[in-house]
Amino acid sequence: MPRKKRTQRIAILLLAPSLILFIVFGIVPMLGAVYLSLVNWNGIGHQTFVGLSNWVQFVKDSSAWHSILLTFEVMILTWVIQTPLSLMVGIYLAGKQRHRSWMGVIYFLPLLFSSVAVGLLWSYILDPNFGLVNTLLNAIHLKFLAANWLGSTRPGLVLWTLVAIVSWQYIPFHSLLYQAGRKQIADSLYEAARIDGVTFWKEFWFITLPQLKYTVVTSTVLMLTGSLTFFDLIYILTDGGPNEETNVLAVNMYNTAFNKSMIGYGSVFAVVIAIIGIILSIVMTKFTGFRKLESQSEGV
Amino acid sequence: MLRKTIVTTLGIIWAIVSLYPILYMVFESLRTQETYITGLPWLPPAHPYLGNFQDVLAQGFVGYFVNSAIVAIISIVMILVFSLFAAYAIVRLDGWFSSRAFTLFLAGLAIPIQAAIIPLYILIDKMGFYDTLWAIILPSVAFALPLSILILVNFIRDVPKELYEAMSIDGVGTFGLLFRLVLPLSRPAMMAVGIYNFVQIWNNFLFPLVLTSNPKLQTLPLALQHFEGQYTMNVPAIMAAVILSAVPLIIAYIIGRKQLLAGMTAGFSR
Repeated sequence: MPRKKRTQRIAILLLAPSLILFIVFGIVPMLGAVYLSLVNWNGIGHQTFVGLSNWVQFVKDSSAWHSILLTFEVMILTWVIQTPLSLMVGIYLAGKQRHRSWMGVIYFLPLLFSSVAVGLLWSYILDPNFGLVNTLLNAIHLKFLAANWLGSTRPGLVLWTLVAIVSWQYIPFHSLLYQAGRKQIADSLYEAARIDGVTFWKEFWFITLPQLKYTVVTSTVLMLTGSLTFFDLIYILTDGGPNEETNVLAVNMYNTAFNKSMIGYGSVFAVVIAIIGIILSIVMTKFTGFRKLESQSEGV
Repeated sequence: MLRKTIVTTLGIIWAIVSLYPILYMVFESLRTQETYITGLPWLPPAHPYLGNFQDVLAQGFVGYFVNSAIVAIISIVMILVFSLFAAYAIVRLDGWFSSRAFTLFLAGLAIPIQAAIIPLYILIDKMGFYDTLWAIILPSVAFALPLSILILVNFIRDVPKELYEAMSIDGVGTFGLLFRLVLPLSRPAMMAVGIYNFVQIWNNFLFPLVLTSNPKLQTLPLALQHFEGQYTMNVPAIMAAVILSAVPLIIAYIIGRKQLLAGMTAGFSR
């Protein structure tokens, strides 16, 4: 019995630093957001408890609903664009030909830059006057295709531009996952299929894709939760504009809380982000056995 | 044969898509401000000019670089030490406390940083950390812990029981096992955790944006953003700054690409 007690005490000692830091800077702020969503506060003056009135305001706020819909739209669009491309690139890179590993050196280069760096780079590439894309289009006499990529009022254009930039930044990461997954599939599976003369597409549908099931799930979870929290890139590129066209939840929250100094109302956005995030992870866990996956992923 | 040609062509197209924007950035960073407007942007400059890099370095860039390095290094050390301790306790010192703690960390994986940033700002301010590098370090460590612990727990679980038993018989205690058995064996996982978090923290923008305001304390991503505001028209200088901000990762990519990439997907691949 005393031995067990001693073990317990050492466990508490070893876990203490992590627990304290995580509770103070992770759990407490999360609960704090729930509390702050119930007060009116400009960050300096008096806090007044207002109950659910921020929430009522949120439900009536068309800009808030727009942000929610937009966030889901971004989630779906980025998934639909990135998943097939990442799969293709990953499978391509897993091939044994030597030149493919050299391609890999190039393909993963975007991973070396922060979202801020990627945002700045693309804002200059897409600059309406001096940017690479428009100058190039002018030079090859396709001037009618040139556009104000990040400021246009043409519906959907800015959103699609953002989705394209997001894909450029993150497809390398997801193809890295798919490459690793594809490399784990036993060659024997393919050899048997090849003896039977199976076509490339059948091989993909009946061997590769089912074997990559867990990778698809991991990549999907990361894409969905990732796009729920897109902030850096959008903040740098459009700051939610033009006309709120890219005003996703995270950006709307930041501007509401820190630029309009509506700490309480901004916290409603924060809680909504957290709720969507938690629902997403519960759904993914339930329907896909992500937990099983977690126990399967052994470190690197 | 036809299929091979198509696949190779697509492979090359994707290489151009990945590489060309980065090449463009390098071209621009080597132009003078005048040739940025008059030159052909899709070609490398006829007379490469290194002055932009000098200008950026003269604008206090080294200081921002040092800030980023301090934040990253202190955070990584704290993350590695604390998550190793915690993972060891969770795997080896089973009991209600460790298992509850583990559940809490697993639940914490679902908390997005964005959702906690407003109260975090108030908390950091109340604690007197606002506008210090600790304001960035402490939350960075806190939000890195759940995933780091999960990765290390999965790894330490695979250490065969016999190894512990053999050492216990020789009279090695709980801490001896931690430092003489688990620590050396977990090196690859620790490496991955370190790399993964380095990349995350080096590139983090939200924490410095919200939790500091002193220009002298800016880390690189925030400095880049301010730089853009100040030198809007000096695109070559901004491109040079962007390239310089990625130098540690570029160097890591050149000397240890495999390890860097494995670290970036730590815990997600397999």
